[in-house]
Amino acid sequence: MARTLVVVGNGMVGHRLVQALRDRDAEGGWRVVVIAEEARPAYDRVALTSYVDSWDPMTLQLEGAEFTDDDGVELRLGDPVVIVDRESKVVRTAGGLAQSYDALVLATGSVPFVPPVPGRHLPGCHVYRTIDDLDAIRDSAARARKGKGRGAAMVLGGGLLGLEAAKALRDMGLSPHVVELGPRLMPLQVDEGGGALLKRLIEGLDVTVHAGTSTSSIEEDRGRLLAKLSNGIELDLDLVVFSAGIRPRDQLARESGLTVGERGGIVVDEGCRTSDPDIYAIGECANLDGMVYGLVAPGYSMAEVAADRILGGTASFPGADMSTKLKLMGVDVASFGDAHAATEGALDVVFNDAVKGSYKKLVISDDAKTLLGGVLVGDASDYAMLRPMVGRALPGDPGSILAPSGGGGGVGIDALPDEAQVCSCNGVTKGDIKHSILEGGCADVPSIKSCTKAGTSCGSCVPMLKQLLNACGVEQSKALCEHFGQSRAELFEIARVTGIATFSELVAKHGSGRGCDICKPAVASILASLGNGHILAGEQAALQDTNDRYLANMQRNGTYSVVPRIPGGEITPEKLMVIAQVAQDYGLYTKITGGQRIDLFGATVDQLPAIWKRLVDAGFESGHAYGKALRTVKSCVGDTWCRYGVQDSVGLAIELELRYRGLRAPHKLKSAVSGCARECAEARGKDFGIIATENGWNLYVGGNGGMMPRHADLLVSEVDKETLLKVIDRFLMFYIRTADRLQRTSTWLDGLEGGLDHLRDVVVNDSLGLCAELEAQMAQHVDDYADEWAGVLADPQKLARFSSFVNAPGTPDPTITFREERGQKVPVLLGIPEVSAR
Amino acid sequence: MTAEAVLIETTWTEVCPVDALAREQGVAVLLPDGTQVAVFRTHDDALYAVSNVDPFSGAAVLSRGIVGDIGATPVVASPMHKQHFDLRTGVCLEDADVSVATYPVCVCDATILLGQP
Ligand code: SRM
Ligand SMILES: Cc1cc2nc3c(=O)[nH]c(=O)nc-3n(C[C@H](O)[C@H](O)[C@H](O)COP(=O)(O)OP(=O)(O)OC[C@H]3O[C@@H](n4cnc5c(N)ncnc54)[C@H](O)[C@@H]3O)c2cc1C
Ligand code: SF4
Ligand code: FES
Repeated sequence: MARTLVVVGNGMVGHRLVQALRDRDAEGGWRVVVIAEEARPAYDRVALTSYVDSWDPMTLQLEGAEFTDDDGVELRLGDPVVIVDRESKVVRTAGGLAQSYDALVLATGSVPFVPPVPGRHLPGCHVYRTIDDLDAIRDSAARARKGKGRGAAMVLGGGLLGLEAAKALRDMGLSPHVVELGPRLMPLQVDEGGGALLKRLIEGLDVTVHAGTSTSSIEEDRGRLLAKLSNGIELDLDLVVFSAGIRPRDQLARESGLTVGERGGIVVDEGCRTSDPDIYAIGECANLDGMVYGLVAPGYSMAEVAADRILGGTASFPGADMSTKLKLMGVDVASFGDAHAATEGALDVVFNDAVKGSYKKLVISDDAKTLLGGVLVGDASDYAMLRPMVGRALPGDPGSILAPSGGGGGVGIDALPDEAQVCSCNGVTKGDIKHSILEGGCADVPSIKSCTKAGTSCGSCVPMLKQLLNACGVEQSKALCEHFGQSRAELFEIARVTGIATFSELVAKHGSGRGCDICKPAVASILASLGNGHILAGEQAALQDTNDRYLANMQRNGTYSVVPRIPGGEITPEKLMVIAQVAQDYGLYTKITGGQRIDLFGATVDQLPAIWKRLVDAGFESGHAYGKALRTVKSCVGDTWCRYGVQDSVGLAIELELRYRGLRAPHKLKSAVSGCARECAEARGKDFGIIATENGWNLYVGGNGGMMPRHADLLVSEVDKETLLKVIDRFLMFYIRTADRLQRTSTWLDGLEGGLDHLRDVVVNDSLGLCAELEAQMAQHVDDYADEWAGVLADPQKLARFSSFVNAPGTPDPTITFREERGQKVPVLLGIPEVSAR
Repeated sequence: MTAEAVLIETTWTEVCPVDALAREQGVAVLLPDGTQVAVFRTHDDALYAVSNVDPFSGAAVLSRGIVGDIGATPVVASPMHKQHFDLRTGVCLEDADVSVATYPVCVCDATILLGQP
């Protein structure tokens, strides 16, 4: 009969153990019972902060965590073990279950340490460890937001987890303060120089850092919290998160008489056995050689070792790699190996670029031959290459490795020996990965992931996996979708050179099948960028996403919104009255957008033409709020009115908006013009933004708000208007030709080989001899522009598409109803229909 | 449903002339009982009809989705959140537990007819 293995705790490490055991226990010698305190199956705690993006716990759940199709594993969730009775080899749970075991694994992880600050138990005080913790923090934050403007939060502790918590709080719309007792942020991972830069970068992101000070007390204060710091500062807060380190959860072990370490942690040997030979401890609750590891990689190693031992093997703990790489609020931080130069005679090589915001330090042996470790802040792109080289001979002199231009300098994937670890989270070597590609037939990153587990934890090694695929001669698919093997840029070139002007011809000659919702809109956009008439002409109508097809944005109840263009945000009272009148006559919900114009919501398909007829007659045009096209050119007031303005920002914004309106691109395009360096139009958050100077215009490109904000980079400075327009023409057309589908200028620029310098070479210095062509293409666009809505209104065939029911035109969709909120109509939420099973 | 059952029990509603529905496009149809159906014509002039209501959002919008194929399966992609439905069976490609109702559809005298069992 199978013996019973009981696993206490279903965190990342406990789950790994069960997986490893099930993978190897071919004879089914063990039945596994997992008893867990948390109510959900194992999830990715390392990625906990990303929970804030979706608030969907399923996005974090680990692969195979439910063991639904494995009879050999029984999961008991939401019921903590309270007693381990070693005498009779039984564990008892809070819910009253008694479960006997032949072998027991403790994988109970750790708890956040809450220092004894007075007030630490007040409502609004939290820890940051589980999904439930985040839900509780979210509730507090929501309560805070109901009050005044922006809420404030304090994170006690400026280590890795504290900064993660600060990021989550910021993403929830609070302004975070980080209080760190030590002299700098992330004192364990980063040295002094790196810490100073990290503080600067993090503070630039709206987080206030108080280092070298402690929290004396937290008090309740008129519904909020008041924190007093030891340096005299007082903070008004809505919530507090304690993140001052972790403590191993060794209570079960203590109470049952197992040996625990002086500073906590269940003592285990290199086979992960505790002082009782039938009991193992792994992960953050274990103490191995006096160390308790707070990272997942050593925990995974322990899980593998324990699984092997339980099955009768002799594996032992290989030692831990304490390297970390994080992206904290977009700031790269990495430390690896002997980051603090603790090795005798170790030398530092530091490269500190205050302007670029990048700090790099390598620690090398006294003969300058061997890499021992390092710290990277601001730009950690070299991490993946450097980490596996720890303990090995340097391929070049240290200075050249750190040189900024080299992208890892002389270090290439080829320089790594096969036994170097590429994925330290899962202990996968370069050789293992090469084997999976060359022998195992893995041809892309997902298959390497499932074959070797590399890249499945922190993800920092994924770029290396791609490089290894390339190095092994496996071409990465750049195919647009299953119908086209080409990338968007290649299809653009095919369409441009061959003059093919229909999807049918393109897919017949250069693709396969009939297309889908990925390639059809992409090709429609290419055809539109190349100037092929109205976007609803002929076959093109069937290619457009619904927004483009109805020249309006679809809303959650199937109605549409109407956004007339208001160039530069400038509008006469007469035109405002027309919008108001139309909105009133059709009962449209009306809102001023964040893009300096007005959005009218709740129009049904069949109302759109009549609404637009009124608007077009009054001189309005489509605002392309629905298209991957130019949206708005925002403006500030400029020198006409503003006492600081040095140029006419409104005039230029209008000119730009009229020049580029209707221009279709791989993704939407936004622009803004500010009349002086105060930058009220937020031009540096735009795809192309212009800031006036006394002597001309500065052009910034590649800015983005949205999900991944990025400040635009300065492309040219102090140019006159004529030059400005030329450079923008070329920039936009170059982007349109070469970007991927749905790639904003920001990500395009980040991925462009040679980066900003290369872009400047192409569009300013004409290094590719393309400029005349790009300008001509833009001139063509400007000449050909015609208002899309006017085009629909003038064509009965196009108009015929705007009908509710083909057999009952004019009958409104019976599912659409409205209710009133704050004096305007809003959609009644739709019931989700009962899903008919097959 | 078998072909026989269709022939015996179906009531037919006139949709529109075949020419009014362009290839790889859809139209919405209102049945006498208020049910909304999306009728599609694919590139090979085959006709398909499925419920117009997107089961994921509850909005009656499927007729406005993009028609194409995934593998060899003719599909429409919901314009709301892009799930694909097999036009032949109504089954969602992303989640086989979800499907939309399908309806018989045919052409008689160059007019599209939609059946309701
Ligand atoms: C109406 C508006 C919100 C408002 O009431 O203020 C809005 C509404 C929508 N935004 Fe936005 N965005 C609006 C300004 C913005 C801004 C601010 C700005 O432009 O100054 C941003 C950040 C700036 C940026 O884009 O870099 C913004 C970032 C996004 C994003 C994220 C883009 C990104 O690169 O991360 C999306 C999603 C997308 O496009 O894929 C999005 C998508 C959408 C969509 C189209 C979602 C959709 O597909 O239904 C919304 C359609 C509304 C509608 O039906 O009319 N919206 N959106 C704003 C319209 C401005 C206008 O007059 O045209
Ligand atoms: C926000 C955050 C970010 C992180 N980032 C990184 C990172 O970038 N890199 C990295 O290497 N590590 C990171 N870590 C640490 C990493 O998550 C841990 O090292 C890892 O989760 C440890 O796994 P574990 O299984 O030992 O413990 P846990 O994942 O904590 O699991 C222990 C489980 O046991 C349960 N349990 C405890 N007692 C009992 C009981 N008596 N009965 C039943 N169940 C019990 C607990 O409820 C818990 O679910 C991060 C952690 C956090 C919180
Ligand atoms: S942020 Fe933009 S996309 Fe998101 S809900 Fe608001 S308007 Fe819509
Ligand atoms: S190094 Fe973390 S997943 Fe590979």
